[in-house]
Amino acid sequence: MTPRQKRIWMVVGIVGGVGLAATLALQAFQDNLMYFQSPTQVLEQPIAGERSFRLGGLVEPGSVTREPGNLEVRFRITDNVEAIEVSYAGLLPDLFREGQGVIVRGKLGADGLFVAEEVLAKHDENYMPPEVAESLRMPPLIKQVEAGGA
Amino acid sequence: MIPELGHFALVLALLLALGQSWFGLLGAARGRVAWMRAAETSVAGQWWLLLLSFAALVWSFVRFDFSVAYVANTSNSLLPLFYRIAAAWGGHEGSLLLWALILASWSAAIVFFSRQMPLPFRSRVLGILGLVSVGFILFLLSTSNPFDRLMPAAPEGRDLNPLLQDFALAVHPPTLYLGYVGLAVPFAFACATLLEGRQEVDWARWARPWTLVAWLCLTVGITLGSWWAYYELGWGGYWFWDPVENASFMPWLMATALVHSLAVTEKRGLFRSWTLLLAVSAFSLSLLGTFLVRSGVLVSVHAFATDPSRGLFILGFLVAVIGGALTLYAWRAPALQAPGGFAPTSREAFLLFNNALLVAAAGLILVGTLYPLFMDALGLGKISVGPPYFGIAFLVPMVPLLLLMVFGMHAAWKYSRLGTAKRPLLMLLPLALLAAVGLILAGYDHFSLAAFAGFGVALWLMGSSLVAPWQRRDRWRSLPAGFWGMTLAHFGVGLFTLGVTGVESYRIERDLSLAPGESATLMGYAFRFDGTREVQGPNYAAVEGSFTVTREGQPVTVLTSQKRLYASGGNPMTEAGIHVSPRRDLFVALGEDLGAGKWSMRLQYKPLIRYVWLGALLMALGGLLATADRRYRVQLRQEEGQPA
Repeated sequence: MTPRQKRIWMVVGIVGGVGLAATLALQAFQDNLMYFQSPTQVLEQPIAGERSFRLGGLVEPGSVTREPGNLEVRFRITDNVEAIEVSYAGLLPDLFREGQGVIVRGKLGADGLFVAEEVLAKHDENYMPPEVAESLRMPPLIKQVEAGGA
Repeated sequence: MIPELGHFALVLALLLALGQSWFGLLGAARGRVAWMRAAETSVAGQWWLLLLSFAALVWSFVRFDFSVAYVANTSNSLLPLFYRIAAAWGGHEGSLLLWALILASWSAAIVFFSRQMPLPFRSRVLGILGLVSVGFILFLLSTSNPFDRLMPAAPEGRDLNPLLQDFALAVHPPTLYLGYVGLAVPFAFACATLLEGRQEVDWARWARPWTLVAWLCLTVGITLGSWWAYYELGWGGYWFWDPVENASFMPWLMATALVHSLAVTEKRGLFRSWTLLLAVSAFSLSLLGTFLVRSGVLVSVHAFATDPSRGLFILGFLVAVIGGALTLYAWRAPALQAPGGFAPTSREAFLLFNNALLVAAAGLILVGTLYPLFMDALGLGKISVGPPYFGIAFLVPMVPLLLLMVFGMHAAWKYSRLGTAKRPLLMLLPLALLAAVGLILAGYDHFSLAAFAGFGVALWLMGSSLVAPWQRRDRWRSLPAGFWGMTLAHFGVGLFTLGVTGVESYRIERDLSLAPGESATLMGYAFRFDGTREVQGPNYAAVEGSFTVTREGQPVTVLTSQKRLYASGGNPMTEAGIHVSPRRDLFVALGEDLGAGKWSMRLQYKPLIRYVWLGALLMALGGLLATADRRYRVQLRQEEGQPA
């Protein structure tokens, strides 16, 4: 190959490689975008079926139940207006508590049960994920959250 | 009284920082030696004052002064002395004060160690650093004063977040800050070069050791954070693509690119304006990281309390620094000319690819980190970008980077020549692939193409990094430290790749419900749950679960995991039980009482995970070795003899 041909091939290789890389990255980006919804939004315009999304709110007091000895736990996530039933089989984070703000990632079943793959609670008991704080419908609670953030 | 002294020292430090930038920049512009000397004196004074200020804060912690709001918020009377000292940077205000102190320390180090630089250049560097310092101290004084008093004093403090009561986390922030703030030094060098319109590339040689030290601190800081998250958060992961982790990782990628491009600029005088731009970008990203962490715009495990005014201040500061530096760049950089060219497979070309790929990785991570913020700001819904995106976005540029690295470190400057390394490299490839197959067959239960490729590349890379020292084995003593540093760091990259491949391909994580006496088996390791008991610690009470681990009937270890409740209240905390060996970690975390005599728990098998951190530490160690290279010091001694 002449140097000129070599250069052309190199440019072709680089352009092709960059194109492939960009396609892969974009595809991954598309696939991993996850929406956040509050229980009210879920009921208004549900993201049903295959797509995972994140659901956030407070763990409704008194809603956490499990059969003794069973790993699966059920609780309701509420924004103080609506509530969604969630099922999760796994270790709950240390900061998971009734009345605490949490975000769960998973899918909504046709029966209205949200099957969570992951439960996130934040690491400071005074800290509330901003999405959750905003989605709550009861102003005094939001105030309390903001005041607690000091 | 002591806290007021600290506050007062901070105010004086601000004045001296102003003096440092004024005398530094104007003195150099007008060529007044006395002014330039005054800038150096300001640096020294500022350093002592900030040290005094920080000592006053630590003193308030040691003496339980709960009349200081920050002390009352982040410590209490049961906290052991070591963590009371560490608590000084366990919250927002104190960590910023530490930041300012570290910045002053870097400036002082420049005054002390960089005597070979011409006085005007050095004083411009100090002037720029002074401006950054002014910004930070103003930020401290106006929005986050650690010395604010509580009226009346709190009878008891609220405690340091129990998660932070840990050795690795006590040293993680200072190390990380050393790196973050250290990137201000190459930034200042770049700005000074642009201000002066300097055509020589000697600044690249002066900047290299500083950049290396900042880079290695950043490396160690990130590694410590990852290690801590692994054992303390109780999840057993080592990297979460959490926005704040990304905020530290992006500057690291840029700094890595900068370390390499500085080499080209120093040795060959090429990539001049690119190197300058990288230096500016690396520090800009580290400021952006601060903004993301401190302003509370991000949901993250690291987010401290949020306060909009802080966010606004940092945003303004960010715009001023980045905007200012980029304007300067746009104005002055076109005047820089690059001499000569290079062949398509010369060392320059390889380093160019290295830079392009590292910057691409940083860019892809930046997109994923900021995209949700933009969407939210534009009212287009709340979204997040899942960790799998970052995994792929990182892998896409890293695979070609690793492959190019195998050859790149042997390439000659300017010409396309691999020399005597070519044959050993090609011979190493089948060996590495064979070893990868052997590793998989010997260690794991199934074959995975990704693991095969990952192990193969990792082993090839490790082998490649050893080729050069092997070929020069008869003159090891005469090889420069920089050579050994490069070898070690690249070997570390290989080891890191090996670890990541192993743990990502063959880790097993299982959440289970077990009663005492029951067991579960992971990769041949049988974990028997032996039940729980109560344990009393210095400032906590805990339930401790005990597990006997056996393999083919032979005892391996007994692991314990605790669920702790700290006396200061708050939520329970999990302490994981971990058994370490060169081949794998075994990891147990106790969950909660599920009733009916059963407990929930997470059992994990983590193959090769130690090599992830070991590899990263070798990279840092390589950086340290390279910093010790004689030619940086020889330069110093020669010019010390000359009149300044």
